[in-house]
Amino acid sequence: MKSLRELTHYPSALMGLAIILALVVLSIYALASMPYSEAVRLWRGGEDVWYDRPKNAAPTWTNLFREQKLPTTITMDSRDESIEKDIEVGAGDMTNIHMSFEFDYPYHGFPREISIFFNAEFERKQPHVSITWLTPDGREIRIADKSVGVRESYRISQDSTLQRRLGGGVAPHQGLFAVDPKADDLVSLQGTYTLRIEAVVFEPEADLDAEVVIYGQVHGIAGTDHRRRELSVALLWGTPIALAFGLLAAVGTTMTTMIIAGVGTWFGGWVDALIQRVTEVNLILPMLPILIMIGTFYSRSIWLMLGVLILLSIFGGAIKIYRAIFIQVKESPYIEAAQAYGAGNFRLIFRYLIPRIIPTLIPNLVTLVPTFVFIEAALALLGLGDPVLPTWGKIISDAYNFGALYHGFYYWVLEPSALLMLTALAFSLLGFSLDRIFNPRLRGM
Amino acid sequence: MSDNGNNILMRVEDLRLYFRTRNGVVQAVDGVDLDLGYNEAIVVLGESGCGKTSLAKAVLRLLPRNVDTYSGHVYLNGTDVMALDDRDFRRDVRWVKMSMVPQAAMNALNPVLRVGDQVAEPMTAHYLADKEEALAQARRMFQHVGVPVDFLHRYAFELSGGMRQRVALAMALVTMPNLVFLDEPTSALDVLTQANIFNVLKQIKNELEVSFILITHDIATSSELADRVAVMYAGHIVEVSHASLFFAEPLHPYSRMLMDSVPRLKVEQEPTFITGHPPSLLGPPSGCRFADRCPSRFEKCAEEPSVFEVKGHRVKCWLYG
Amino acid sequence: MSVDIRNREEEVENETLLDKGGYEKLSGALLSVRDLRVWFELKRFGFLHAGYVRAVDGVNFDLHRGEAIGIVGESGCGKTTLMKTILGLYRPTEGEVSFAGSEVDTFGSQALQSYRSSVGYVQQDPYGALPPFMNVQSILEEPMRIHGIKDELERDRRIRDVMSEVKMTPADDFLNKYPHMLSGGQQQRVVIARAMILEPRLIVADEPVSMLDASVRVEILRLLQKLQDSHDLAVIYITHDLSTVRYFSEYIFVMYAGKLIERARVHELLANPLHPYTHALLEATPDPDYQNALTQKEIPPGEPPSLVNPPSGCRFHPRCSRMIQGLCEVEIPPDFEPEPEHFAACWLHR
Repeated sequence: MKSLRELTHYPSALMGLAIILALVVLSIYALASMPYSEAVRLWRGGEDVWYDRPKNAAPTWTNLFREQKLPTTITMDSRDESIEKDIEVGAGDMTNIHMSFEFDYPYHGFPREISIFFNAEFERKQPHVSITWLTPDGREIRIADKSVGVRESYRISQDSTLQRRLGGGVAPHQGLFAVDPKADDLVSLQGTYTLRIEAVVFEPEADLDAEVVIYGQVHGIAGTDHRRRELSVALLWGTPIALAFGLLAAVGTTMTTMIIAGVGTWFGGWVDALIQRVTEVNLILPMLPILIMIGTFYSRSIWLMLGVLILLSIFGGAIKIYRAIFIQVKESPYIEAAQAYGAGNFRLIFRYLIPRIIPTLIPNLVTLVPTFVFIEAALALLGLGDPVLPTWGKIISDAYNFGALYHGFYYWVLEPSALLMLTALAFSLLGFSLDRIFNPRLRGM
Repeated sequence: MSDNGNNILMRVEDLRLYFRTRNGVVQAVDGVDLDLGYNEAIVVLGESGCGKTSLAKAVLRLLPRNVDTYSGHVYLNGTDVMALDDRDFRRDVRWVKMSMVPQAAMNALNPVLRVGDQVAEPMTAHYLADKEEALAQARRMFQHVGVPVDFLHRYAFELSGGMRQRVALAMALVTMPNLVFLDEPTSALDVLTQANIFNVLKQIKNELEVSFILITHDIATSSELADRVAVMYAGHIVEVSHASLFFAEPLHPYSRMLMDSVPRLKVEQEPTFITGHPPSLLGPPSGCRFADRCPSRFEKCAEEPSVFEVKGHRVKCWLYG
Repeated sequence: MSVDIRNREEEVENETLLDKGGYEKLSGALLSVRDLRVWFELKRFGFLHAGYVRAVDGVNFDLHRGEAIGIVGESGCGKTTLMKTILGLYRPTEGEVSFAGSEVDTFGSQALQSYRSSVGYVQQDPYGALPPFMNVQSILEEPMRIHGIKDELERDRRIRDVMSEVKMTPADDFLNKYPHMLSGGQQQRVVIARAMILEPRLIVADEPVSMLDASVRVEILRLLQKLQDSHDLAVIYITHDLSTVRYFSEYIFVMYAGKLIERARVHELLANPLHPYTHALLEATPDPDYQNALTQKEIPPGEPPSLVNPPSGCRFHPRCSRMIQGLCEVEIPPDFEPEPEHFAACWLHR
């Protein structure tokens, strides 16, 4: 349509459209790569899902702004081909397994934690491991000797014995990387480190694998939260939810409002009066408290919230605006002509009256989307968000509840806020330009 | 040209007003020359889209934001008012020396002000009087236009269409300007009311010695006030002559065809119509702009005609060269 | 135009009378208006009765097939209400409008639809009369859709026929244009086309050219005249401009304050106006003549009366220079016929 071509005259509209397009692409990617059930499962989390992510780590790209780069997470799995794993069959049923984990550590600062996750296959006798640490400057530190179960998590950082042995009162994950653990000023030593695991298994079919995770201070494209969940999942999945919620609510509300206003204005009389009175009462009703009540006493499902929201918004102030326009249009000569050639009431409403309101409707609809997106976020913040879905509002809610700003985890709050504002900006830019296209009298301004 | 010789109130020279639109430049007023004497009424006749309203706006400098070209000279009492800056123009010229009754003026009255106050406003706005004197002047104007004086306290919606138009006229006259533009003053009014308004205009012309420029497409009613007639077509003035000469026998082919298209009440004469439609003012054609609808066109018409003086008419047509 | 509704004895069903066969048989008036009064109730505060606006207050006339009448009057005289009542948009308060012998007010919904397709409406504002969001094709299809003409070929044929009749050819050039892409004259042609598309018997045209340029008016009026001739249409022109009415109708009716105060053939009325109001209208309508600028016109003082509280007796008496004391302000004058087929509701002709 020519209006779409007109849009190209407005750079702000193009920018808005570009952002929306990006959000849509993001949504499609989210939905494609992680179906609903998967997303919910991931977000529920649990030790087996996010175990190898650090807690409350900032995004990796923040390192770009640092002169002294903070460590990212280093994960090494003996099942990988890059890790040296030698199996030496010994006397009797004993087999020696040598695993050597070599990695570079060019960072300043220290990792958050270090853990080793063992996966052992055996029937009765537990394998026995001996863990050694090699620093770049040639020190060899014995970490532990222990036997491991089928699934064993060994948290080096929480090993108090090791801590005492390292001296200096520093936690093991720092001590192991320090130039001098006992010094006053702790400085990390850069270079190549090796973690060696010498394991002995006592059965012919037994096997042992280890996964070494050195938890960084920065992780991932969006960082992590208090439950080690990668925020990128929620940010990504929150996009289609936000867009869907916003669009469905905006479209549903606007369409219904339009029809109600049209019918009311057309028939006039008590129908119109009734609708106006209902609207006036509804305008006084406070939306958020009602939603809170429903959420608290009934259910917090996002679809229910959406439905109630639309219901409360239908008889909103927009009815008065549309009515004003309809009343004017109703007097148009072409409506009278249509009556003269026999058009019935409903045909007149839907085919002759309502099309006139579309120029006002479309900009309104577009600018309404961010309103609903924000309402969803607000509900989540108040603790009324959908309990299972990862949404932007949920992220902010968690951040708030777990003291993000207090602890300095600014990214946790800034990222979802930025996305919310970006969405609002995009739709607003588009909406305002559409307004100027459809209502040319505003163009002079 | 004017037979008033040195009694020229206003002379317009090569006035141009072009607008910038999304589709290009609209040459609404494209080199207009016009004279007006004191206490003279001239009618600018033309159909919609010929630029006649833009002409009034050009002279009064009521310009929109998308002006592309605005040039020429407008000599009022000898001074070129085009040379004045906007502030001086607004203070000394607009609504002081010349004013306008715009189209559908009766609908342009402020609904929340009393009509008396509205009519008085130009006086106070131009510091010509204080509130008391302004209202007194408004009262005087009401009398001139034939609206009962107690209507000063009424609101616009309480007045009929004819009354409102007269109030608009009073508002244009309140500062006693020398010249008033009237843009389609009676197009929305009934026949009797229209006759009434013209009676009022004729009376005012005599009593207040005002000059009028009447802009209209209605040829019949234009004869009610005209001393001289100027015909406008596609941004150009194509004929100017005295009313007595024009209504009897117009010279320009367009004027002729216009006159022929007027249905007459008193004379049995089947009216005709002009085929085609005026050229777009967006890049108008070179040469005579009426050529493609003109039954008398010939080769020379491909060149823009000069203006010739013939039998008391000024005609822009090669037929009279 | 004397009243003759003898065809009332041929009581034919509403529906059948309105079809093609019915028209051929029609001997009496096509449209008959008797004692029509259309009053609107004024309400204060939404429910308190505060009087009536007597827009149409006692109108009588007949219209036959192929006849064209012009109804002339100033704004507020009730001509618009009269027209809308004939179109079926308002209902009579008293009196009746009969079409082909049957009262329109008694029509059931089917007959009413049939009636609607028999009367075409041409409005004053060509742009406002067309839905701005529909193209010409849709605009012309709407009446057909509403009246159940389902066959696409039939619709297409009718559209093309009507477009060529209003001289908008080649039709394909115009069919997918929207109203704002057309000139005023073209828009009005589409309005006329739309009025003609259901093959009506009667056209009501409300100031069909007053919003068009002078050079285009005659073209459109000629068009209407040609359609009237070729389709044997009855036409009612409503206008306030006496100078156009004379060329395009046979009869003129003059309306004032809800009543028809004079009716005659065009030439007769223009040559010999009997009612003082008609006389004033003729005086006030100018022909292009430079002498006009030199003289003041004589106009009856005052304004058209309020339709809520009209003057007693003859509605024009407060403004009439020839008022007869004791008569004109007391009694409403009936229709006198001082000349054959020339009616004037004025005591001067008693």
